[in-house]
Amino acid sequence: MGKRVLLIEDEPNIIEAIGFILSRDGWTVHTHQDGQTAMAKVLALPPDMIILDVMLPGRSGFEILRELRSTDVTKDIPVMMLTARGQDKDRALALRLGANHFMTKPFSNSDVRDYVRAMMDP
Amino acid sequence: MTIERMTGTRIRENRMDIGLRQASLASAVGISPSYLNLIEHNRRRIGGKLLSDLARALGVDPSNLAGGADRDLLDQLHSAATLAGDMAEIGRAEELAARFPGWAALIALQARRLAVLDERIGALTDRMAHDPFLATALHDVISAVTAIRSTAAILVSQEQIDADWQRRFHENIHTDSLRLGKSSEALVAYLDAPADAAPSPDTPMGQVDAFLAQNGYHLPMIEAETATSDDVVALSGLTGVAAALLAGICRQYTADARALPMAAFAQAAQACHYDPAQLARQCDVDFATVLRRLPCLPPGAGHPPMGLAVCDAAGALLYLKPVPGFAMPATGGACPLWPLFAALSRPSQPLRAEAVLPGPAAPRLLCYAIAVPLAVHHFDLPPVLRSTMLVMPDMAQGSAAPVPVGIACRICPRADCPSRREPAIIGTATAL
Repeated sequence: MGKRVLLIEDEPNIIEAIGFILSRDGWTVHTHQDGQTAMAKVLALPPDMIILDVMLPGRSGFEILRELRSTDVTKDIPVMMLTARGQDKDRALALRLGANHFMTKPFSNSDVRDYVRAMMDP
Repeated sequence: MTIERMTGTRIRENRMDIGLRQASLASAVGISPSYLNLIEHNRRRIGGKLLSDLARALGVDPSNLAGGADRDLLDQLHSAATLAGDMAEIGRAEELAARFPGWAALIALQARRLAVLDERIGALTDRMAHDPFLATALHDVISAVTAIRSTAAILVSQEQIDADWQRRFHENIHTDSLRLGKSSEALVAYLDAPADAAPSPDTPMGQVDAFLAQNGYHLPMIEAETATSDDVVALSGLTGVAAALLAGICRQYTADARALPMAAFAQAAQACHYDPAQLARQCDVDFATVLRRLPCLPPGAGHPPMGLAVCDAAGALLYLKPVPGFAMPATGGACPLWPLFAALSRPSQPLRAEAVLPGPAAPRLLCYAIAVPLAVHHFDLPPVLRSTMLVMPDMAQGSAAPVPVGIACRICPRADCPSRREPAIIGTATAL
């Protein structure tokens, strides 16, 4: 059983594609589509790494990140943010709130795979 | 080199233009060639009859030789030169203005035009950044593109993919491409639709905003008491109504800076995690002063971003410091749900609420507001109220349901909002 990656993303086809490439790379991929209940999912697992979309229904990825970093169990879990907006202010906010990495959509599969490998096998 | 002394340069150029030797011109006006040489190199002042004689001998009007460049023009050239870093020969601006007044005026005109266009671009960029229709439409397009790119990359990879997955990925690409087509059409229709004109940067309030934004809403000269409000207004270069507005803002800033000197205040703010209620108690000042003071913390010093809005009893904005994630239309028509306006109905009652703008990734904004009557003593008139709202995008806790605010009804997608005062102007993007 590979280490667990939790992908919090609301686009089903993006979930399917990322899920496929990461599973094929040996990781166990869990997915979640709703921002409002994402924290409960994280606490129930908890995963070894989180890929977190910024724009989620119910609650933004930034707010989830803030809560992840202020919760003891989750504060050290590596988080890679995905966003459709590449503005500096979003990147700055993500890093200020404690994201480990920030990737702008559309991204390349190999970048996602390489980053997850780097995070999980430091 | 003073402006007046450039007359010599003009005499020399005019003389050379017509191929006249220095000795000949000197003789024609009855002076020695060496004296003319000094004049031409701007080492002797010249005027009166000698200037008229030289002009006549050169066949030009004396006004073409006399006088220097206009001080305004020189200021504008200096300001234009700053756009180019150290590329322009700033020390030779006077020479340029004196020798090529037409070109100098053109440079100044273009620099002014650039400044106006920059402000317009800024206003349009703000509008684009805060337009929820556009944000939703673009998000949809980028999501579809991301899914297609990622799925297609899997299909074209060299690795073996079983037939079920292949079929599934082909279907996904098909549905995403249909979605992308629809989103793109809607986006094009939206961008083709007539939009409101960009707010004019030439309004007095716009000019004051631009000056304050340039300074990061922090005025170190007032903090250090090395400048008065009038000094700051003079430095800003603003005149008329804009100068009067800025003077009022600076006077308030001065009073607030005296009540809460920056060094101690910044330390206290950091220590209590920027909680304005605690700061007001600790520093023994009123709540509104703390709300106004927090957004004046120096930029780039590690403090969280904070926005501020101040309005009068009619809800007209008197001051606005936007921060990423928070904006209000400066020219009226703001969403009435902001705590800034709620405070008006409960004077002297401090409010704390979280607000959220429309859009799937809009962050919560922690808002503090209070409306206080100004000390104006009239018996049969309503009190003069000032409502002040502090907005902290990074500090929301997410504990209670946020107030669903908007930028303005015209661009707000909250169709069933009971506070809506007019329909949204564009409906295209709602279909996305």
